Amino acid sequence: MADQTISIQSATAETPLVRLVLMAIAFLFLALFLFLPLVVVVSEAFRNGVGAWFQAILDPDALASIRLTLLVAAISVPLNMVFGVAAAWAIAKFEFRGKAFLITLIDLPFSVSPVISGLVYVLLFGSGSVLGPWLKGWGIEILFAVPGITLATIFVTFPFVARELIPLMQDQGSADEEAALSLGASGWQTFLHVTLPNIRWGLLYGVLLCNARAMGEFGAVSVVSGHIRGLTDTMPLHIEILYNEYNFAAAFAVASLLVGLALVTLVLKTAIERRYAD
Amino acid sequence: MTRYRSITAAAVMAIAIGFAAPVAAADFTLLNVSYDPTRELYKEYNQLFIDSWNAKTGDKVTIRMSHGGSGKQARSVIDGLEADVVTLALEADINAIAEKTGKISAAWRERLPNNSAPYTSTIVFLVRKGNPKGISDWADLVRDGVEVITPNPKTSGGARWNFLAAWAWAQKAYKGDEPSVRQYVSDLFRHVPILDTGARGATTTFVRRAIGDVLLAWENEAFLALDELGEGAFEIVVPSVSIKAEPPVALVDGNVEHKGTTEIATAYLEGLYSEDGQRLAARHYYRPYQPELADPQDMTRFPDLKLVTVDDFGGWKKAQPTFFADGGIFDQIYKPER
Repeated sequence: MADQTISIQSATAETPLVRLVLMAIAFLFLALFLFLPLVVVVSEAFRNGVGAWFQAILDPDALASIRLTLLVAAISVPLNMVFGVAAAWAIAKFEFRGKAFLITLIDLPFSVSPVISGLVYVLLFGSGSVLGPWLKGWGIEILFAVPGITLATIFVTFPFVARELIPLMQDQGSADEEAALSLGASGWQTFLHVTLPNIRWGLLYGVLLCNARAMGEFGAVSVVSGHIRGLTDTMPLHIEILYNEYNFAAAFAVASLLVGLALVTLVLKTAIERRYAD
Repeated sequence: MTRYRSITAAAVMAIAIGFAAPVAAADFTLLNVSYDPTRELYKEYNQLFIDSWNAKTGDKVTIRMSHGGSGKQARSVIDGLEADVVTLALEADINAIAEKTGKISAAWRERLPNNSAPYTSTIVFLVRKGNPKGISDWADLVRDGVEVITPNPKTSGGARWNFLAAWAWAQKAYKGDEPSVRQYVSDLFRHVPILDTGARGATTTFVRRAIGDVLLAWENEAFLALDELGEGAFEIVVPSVSIKAEPPVALVDGNVEHKGTTEIATAYLEGLYSEDGQRLAARHYYRPYQPELADPQDMTRFPDLKLVTVDDFGGWKKAQPTFFADGGIFDQIYKPER
């Protein structure tokens, strides 16, 4: 009798133990590799006090880099939103030749190293190219200026929205749209009142990811920036400069701001995921 | 009548103000594309130049800086970065811009004194406090268990000076026996765990990430590391032989001509040779071209050592292709292990 009870107890007691161990491993891993680095960034940022943090952020070069980062994100994210919706729409709702090729093209920025994404624009718009000097003749600067940085960012962040929407739209099929059209809605009305409401959470999610990457991109932007202080340095580039100047506290101050922006994005993303799941 | 008079008065006043204000005062923006360790020097020099130029002409000057590995910076200027002046780590990088773009006159070296090098430097060793590995000269760098930090000669100007300094010492030590010299330099690079792209990156690796036993560094960079990261944590070791590094400066004619900044950019470079410029260079641990213009106290910090020059290697026009071009000596001896 007593033996039986023990064997039953041990059989049921094992599962919570295993569960606990698994959970502990997962939490430990996350704490060690994700949370701890973030804590280090923030604690380094405030090592010399809140005053020093504000001083680093309000430095004219730092402010310029923050403005540039926000400007580049403000241009590239909406554009990629439009491109992404258009591409996903075309791929999910229509059948045409070369569709597989188009999907591969959309994935290209994911598979190409960011450094190469930057070099592409150096080859396209550099002094050695055909296009660069011609544009310069018209007074248009691409490379080592805001347009080049924006182009590189658009390239790198292009897949985020499209990749998020394609499976979603394929899943939803085109029955709703067909119904709307058969009831006499115009194409634009169908998009606005049927398609868009269906994809809004997926779209928002893609836009947030796109935005996070647009603000954080280093490799491609580094190649096309020219690293002119206060002019073509984005936040990630400015962080590297400060770090290289032995200005560690300021480097981490700007880094903490970038982390803060990323965290806001993540919180928004989680909130949306909740809605999305319902 | 009264009205007429007041208009005249206003006109006279306007003219008076016009004359009182400096004639043709303008806004200028200069872009100085430089290499890694000059950040602190130019930060101070730029302010000095902005003030003195403003006092002289009334012009408002903004000076923008871009820093990075010398070779990489030259590449950016070749690709179209609109530098008014370049202040790089070595002649070969400015030659590259001159040859590839024609934006710099081929005779740029003769346009300013001392082959267009307003200040010079040399290569020294930075070791950890107390010199635990007992490093005193180049021979010690290839001993077992010694890790050496130097950036990549392909992308960094400072690294090329490091390479040539090591080569110069080995040539003396092995009495010019080329196979032994190659063997030594090849052994040296086998002791390098990380090749950073620029001098500042290498310094950060050594100082901040605490990797390696000895850093081959610009003298100015080594002093700066002592200043910035606390004396007492590191020591400078002066080797028996080193190289006189001449980081040159040049006007980018092609860019200043169409920007209309020729005059001010020329003055900017000439100012580096002035008393103020030379004093600032010495204060930032560069050896000034005219030491008599610098603070004598600053000059006492520079140890005397035997310096070879790049001319002992036939000048940069010969040394660059021989040692650092694709398939050159560096490529032949450098094979990363494991």
